[in-house]
Amino acid sequence: MVRERESQQQQQVSYTVEQLVAVNPYNPDILTDLENHVNEQVSSQTYSLDANLCLLRLYQFEPERMSIPIVVRILIKALMAMPAPDFSLCLYLIPEQVQMEEKFKTLIVLSHYLETARFRQFWDEAVKNRSILEVVPGFEQAIQAYAIHVLSLTYQKVPRPILAEAINIEGLSLDKFLEYQVANSGWALEKGHGRSQLIVLPRNEFNHPELKKNTADSVPFEHVTRIFPILS
Amino acid sequence: MASSYDYDEPSYDSRSYPPSSQASDVGYDPNFVPDSVKTFVVHLYRHIREKNVYEIHQMYEGSFQRLSERMFRDSPWPSVEAVAPYVDNDHVFCLLYREMWFRHVYARLSPTGRQRIESWDNYCSLFGVVLHGVVNMQLPNQWLWDMVDEFVYQFQSYCQYRAKLKNKTEEELQLLRQYGQAWNVYGVLNYLQALVEKSMIHQILEREKEGLEQFTATDGYDYEGGSNVLKMLGYYSMIGLLRVHCLLGDYHTGLKCLAPIDISQQGVYTIVIGSHISTIYHYGFANMMLRRENPSLLVLDLGIFSFFFPKRYVEAIREFNKILLYILKYKQYHQKSPQYDQILKKNEQMYALLAICLSLCPQTKLVEENVSTQLKDKYSEKMLKMQRYDDEAYAVYDELFSYACPKFITPSAPILEEPLTNYNQDAYRLQLKLFLYEVKQQQLLAGVRSFLKLYSTISIGKLATYMEVDEPTLRTILMTYKHKMHAVDSDGKIISNADVDFYIDEDIIHVVESKSTKRYGDYFLRQILKFEEMISELDRVKLD
Repeated sequence: MVRERESQQQQQVSYTVEQLVAVNPYNPDILTDLENHVNEQVSSQTYSLDANLCLLRLYQFEPERMSIPIVVRILIKALMAMPAPDFSLCLYLIPEQVQMEEKFKTLIVLSHYLETARFRQFWDEAVKNRSILEVVPGFEQAIQAYAIHVLSLTYQKVPRPILAEAINIEGLSLDKFLEYQVANSGWALEKGHGRSQLIVLPRNEFNHPELKKNTADSVPFEHVTRIFPILS
Repeated sequence: MASSYDYDEPSYDSRSYPPSSQASDVGYDPNFVPDSVKTFVVHLYRHIREKNVYEIHQMYEGSFQRLSERMFRDSPWPSVEAVAPYVDNDHVFCLLYREMWFRHVYARLSPTGRQRIESWDNYCSLFGVVLHGVVNMQLPNQWLWDMVDEFVYQFQSYCQYRAKLKNKTEEELQLLRQYGQAWNVYGVLNYLQALVEKSMIHQILEREKEGLEQFTATDGYDYEGGSNVLKMLGYYSMIGLLRVHCLLGDYHTGLKCLAPIDISQQGVYTIVIGSHISTIYHYGFANMMLRRENPSLLVLDLGIFSFFFPKRYVEAIREFNKILLYILKYKQYHQKSPQYDQILKKNEQMYALLAICLSLCPQTKLVEENVSTQLKDKYSEKMLKMQRYDDEAYAVYDELFSYACPKFITPSAPILEEPLTNYNQDAYRLQLKLFLYEVKQQQLLAGVRSFLKLYSTISIGKLATYMEVDEPTLRTILMTYKHKMHAVDSDGKIISNADVDFYIDEDIIHVVESKSTKRYGDYFLRQILKFEEMISELDRVKLD
């Protein structure tokens, strides 16, 4: 019976946590609610940067109440938010000694690989540390989305092996994946040099500069209104 | 609120002011009130009762500084108990007087542990009175800004003080143990938050946008017989919150606290120079740490520029005069006002930040000419070094960051058992370390940029050879460049910071250089306004 009440309470709590963070964030009493909220984010595959920063701040104010497993989960969630700099934002709030723990060092290394687009090293390291990362469902997909994002910034047409390495999918699985993207995300497949396969990524302003809107010479309306008195 | 100090039960005992704690104390009698001070408080009290804001401002900024300079250069002002009889023992006036009293001690002397705690009590009482909504005064914006500014400053100072345990006397340690609630981080944040909420400043600004309320137009003053104190304290507390969050290393939340203020325009935050500078500085710093170097550049640029080289000609003369007058006013005194020094220092720090941002994210078109010239004078050599990304470069990044950064704090309560250490530098060391880590990640990007500038197309193979790396490494470098040069803004959109851009087609790199287009529209607008000014000036000249 206790468990039922708990899960009921959890549903109510996660609704009000967002409100709490907005209205009364500097309050040591909400620490447990925020911790529960982190676990909620993990299990329901949602994410709230504001709530997590609020919790990290409270840990900063009262270090004896810090929970390492919770912080690990927050950091993994932050990695999944890339290309947003959430991981760094969290690190700014975690004391240096704490960052020396093995788990944090691993996560920092993983973040470093992702920030410098070293996907092969990233996936190698991630496999070795599966036990830490498994805790958070959706991790793999989130990183793959980030990898595709970086590729889309950089390439109009990317060779298959590069894509495979970036998203850690090969062979038949990769074929299936490509089929899906072609059908749903506007990707296309071409033949490259020799017999290699080329993936044509969707057009955006970053890999197709002609799509970039040139705002350099447009004058904001408010500025023009300044000369109306003179013109009249 | 977490503070356990109720505003009508002050727990300090002001009569136990220890005479031995300050060397320059010999001859200081807290109960002696010179005639000039008597006159000062009597007049100030009257002006406050009569809501003569202009006179209050003159006395607050002028007389107080003059008297401090002349008579209280190295001793405190008379105690509030000695002064109270001349002002009908008015509770609120005494709180205001005490606030100025402590500020003076902080600025010119060195506060003791007990004085720090007493000052906290005074702020609790003062803000308590304001939050209860019983205050019916109109005070100059300068004073109200100074209150919030000083509140945050004393908090930061206390955190530094509290973290240096090694050479503390037993008495000082006992004070820390006994008054754990003083300058407690929860208390500080909650007071600022309470001021923001109780003043309803968010709603006021929203309503102003819809034309339903006058706020900026009246400089925040109330012309209907009411009080501007709560409103303005609420407004300035938004900037106070930004500042505290920067001190904690939480840049994201800090910027959120500032969000209701539109800093792309003039506003109430630009009225008081100290508030203008503090806003721009912290906004710029926070964006830099969020890796949004581009908006950071723009704001720093505007901040520095509108400060000494105003951008829009119509407001130019007004701003420039304000600065000149301000500087002239304080040049009169042998010892410049501590605020003046602060302003100069902040300006220098902003140049340092601008130098860092430009080295991390080179731009040609964002920086105004005059600022660019000043920057070159101060930092051209250092910027060249920073863009080389060798060991010497890191030393320069370290130096400039350390000079320009806020005084980060450790907000948690001190551990008052042996071994007693000094840990006041911990917070700063962490922020510096993370910043340099980010700089290191951008290490190879400068090399890529200079190569890309030389070609319109180049194969991956060839560029790899020139850069002396293998092809897979070059691909990761190019992707890193793309990732680092595209920041995520506050709405989650991707914005490009790159001055040199490219895309890859299988294994050919196509370089796209963004041309800096001449801003003709803007140029003509400025010239029209300038000439219009000149013509009206000429029209006013009467020929005999």
